[in-house]
Amino acid sequence: MANSLANTGADLELRGIRKEFPGFTAIEELDLKVPAGQFFALLGPSGCGKTTTLRIVAGLEQPSSGSVFLGGKDITATKPHERAVNTVFQSYALFPHMTVLENVAFGLRQRKIDSPLEKAGEALKLVELQHLAERRPQQLSGGQQQRVALARALVNRPSLLLLDEPLGALDLKLRRQMQIELKAIQMEVGLTFLHVTHDQEEAMDMADVVAVMNKGRIEQMGAPEVLYDRPKTVFVSKFLGQSNLFIGDVVEENGNALSINVAGSKITVPKARAEKHSGKIAIGVRPEKADFHEDVAPNVGADTNLIGPGEIIDIRFTGVSNQYLIEIPNIGQVTVFAQNIGKSPETQLGAKVWVTWKVEHAFGLADLPAGSGE
Amino acid sequence: MAFAAFGPSQPVVAGAGKKSSPIVLALLLPGIIYLGLFFLTPLISLIITAVEVPDASGAIGAYNYGFDISNFGYVATHYFQQILRSFLYATIATVLALLISYPLAYFIGVRMRRFAVLQRILVTLVIAPFFISFLLRTLAWKQLLADNSWAIETLKALHLMGANDYFIGTPGSVIFGLTYNFIPFMTLPLYTTLERLDLRLLEAGSDLYANSRHVFTRVTLPITLPGIISGTLLTFIPISGDYVNASANYLGSSKTSMIGNMVEADFLQNLQYPSAAALSVLFMAVILVLVWVYVKKSGTEDLL
Repeated sequence: MANSLANTGADLELRGIRKEFPGFTAIEELDLKVPAGQFFALLGPSGCGKTTTLRIVAGLEQPSSGSVFLGGKDITATKPHERAVNTVFQSYALFPHMTVLENVAFGLRQRKIDSPLEKAGEALKLVELQHLAERRPQQLSGGQQQRVALARALVNRPSLLLLDEPLGALDLKLRRQMQIELKAIQMEVGLTFLHVTHDQEEAMDMADVVAVMNKGRIEQMGAPEVLYDRPKTVFVSKFLGQSNLFIGDVVEENGNALSINVAGSKITVPKARAEKHSGKIAIGVRPEKADFHEDVAPNVGADTNLIGPGEIIDIRFTGVSNQYLIEIPNIGQVTVFAQNIGKSPETQLGAKVWVTWKVEHAFGLADLPAGSGE
Repeated sequence: MAFAAFGPSQPVVAGAGKKSSPIVLALLLPGIIYLGLFFLTPLISLIITAVEVPDASGAIGAYNYGFDISNFGYVATHYFQQILRSFLYATIATVLALLISYPLAYFIGVRMRRFAVLQRILVTLVIAPFFISFLLRTLAWKQLLADNSWAIETLKALHLMGANDYFIGTPGSVIFGLTYNFIPFMTLPLYTTLERLDLRLLEAGSDLYANSRHVFTRVTLPITLPGIISGTLLTFIPISGDYVNASANYLGSSKTSMIGNMVEADFLQNLQYPSAAALSVLFMAVILVLVWVYVKKSGTEDLL
């Protein structure tokens, strides 16, 4: 048993996973490949099936159909204790009847590995908690418990480490700090990490690859930058950051761009950045990529989209940026983020403005927002 | 261990406790008076009786104040067999009750969590026997297990018992009765601990390479130890003092008598009050020592 546990990460592959519970389907259909040594994040709202996926990989849940492969071997039928996989649970699940050190040594003792306490001590050193080794878990703060849970999993050198929203219970400042530490540890030990979270910032910040899950399916998968720059569905564009979406029929198609007509305004997107090239489609732009101009309509070329005029109906100051909500007649509300770099004069509520953005920053989606017809 | 967790906040608690208002005192008074009248006074009276000496007249049941501690030596040697038997029966019955109750409590407290109504019905069933008098139930068992009863006749027909064998009056029947009568006291504390058992800890155990047997022995069992301790105490103490099951009128015979039967006989039949009192006091002392050692050993001091 002990020698079947790899010291480096292993590939994880999920093939055709489906999971049904009485009354609902948690996972519709899931295919996933996580290469060894990668930090992979499963991102999605609660109830999207991401935790169920993790539990299937850990062996705590059996899939209704499909198989799980770890390092090329089919482990679908094996018990949790037979898998070279360890989990950092959302609740940490530290054993209350043992000291911190004994908690960390638990897995080593089970596998009858030499000098478990010594190795557990080293793991505690890695998470900088060696001075609390003799305490009970319930005497520790949330952040410390989280690190004990991490040490307890890491000390076993699993092929794959599963993280079930382990930072969810921590406050923002501690969470950011733990994110940095977690990422550093992953780089150091070179294990495969599968991280489940609903925090899009956390996923983008830490993961090499992010898979966005919705309603039991993966909507889109890719590097965080790619996912953010080119969301392919309405869900991804809204869940990963914010988006302004415009819906209209394709009215013009030339060379490498296409345009839609939105209440008389022409909005253009590069063909290479659009999922659909005909019919009624949705085109989006990130609020920080858009800009607005006061008083007179600016003169723009073919490389820029222009809509307006509209009225500023809300201004929110968030510190790094100002967020403007602009109501454009017949088109709807558009959000624009302007970096707070001390530019003056300040724009006032009620100002008449035109919104512009570069065509190259637009993206065309494969589906339409709910309630927009078809 | 729960104590240690509250360590840092202890000074605050102590400070708050100092503010003893007249209302608190008034609320405590009935309890203090009750304990004084009905626990402390009889206890002192019992200890005084235990060291009394027989009246010079030699009249049966007449004793005078004295200080004769030899009564303790007398009962310890004279009733040594019954003392030993009491603790032996109590140990066997407690272990049997634990072995029967743990799976039952686990089933109700863990497996039935998803069915709240069924869970409550099952807990009610555990305490349902209490709706019928303890004596009536024990008498019913005497009937059911009597020499010519259906159960015994069947066992004889199957040659599992010899033609001249009997059950009532044997140590087995007394232990059976004790186990049966005290099982709810074991099941309930076990149930309350198991009902609160965090199943995520069991998942963590299996995730950390423990097979189901090791998850049970290294996670479930230690975490539910407080329930096991209180369950065993709640059964062991009353069982060792029980005098109904072992009595010849119920499931026992003269060969199965326990401490309780001797105390009863000395007090009510032989009118040897000092000897009965000395036996009671001795029994109480032994129980206190046993419980203290047991709780110390198991590391659950905060139960005391």
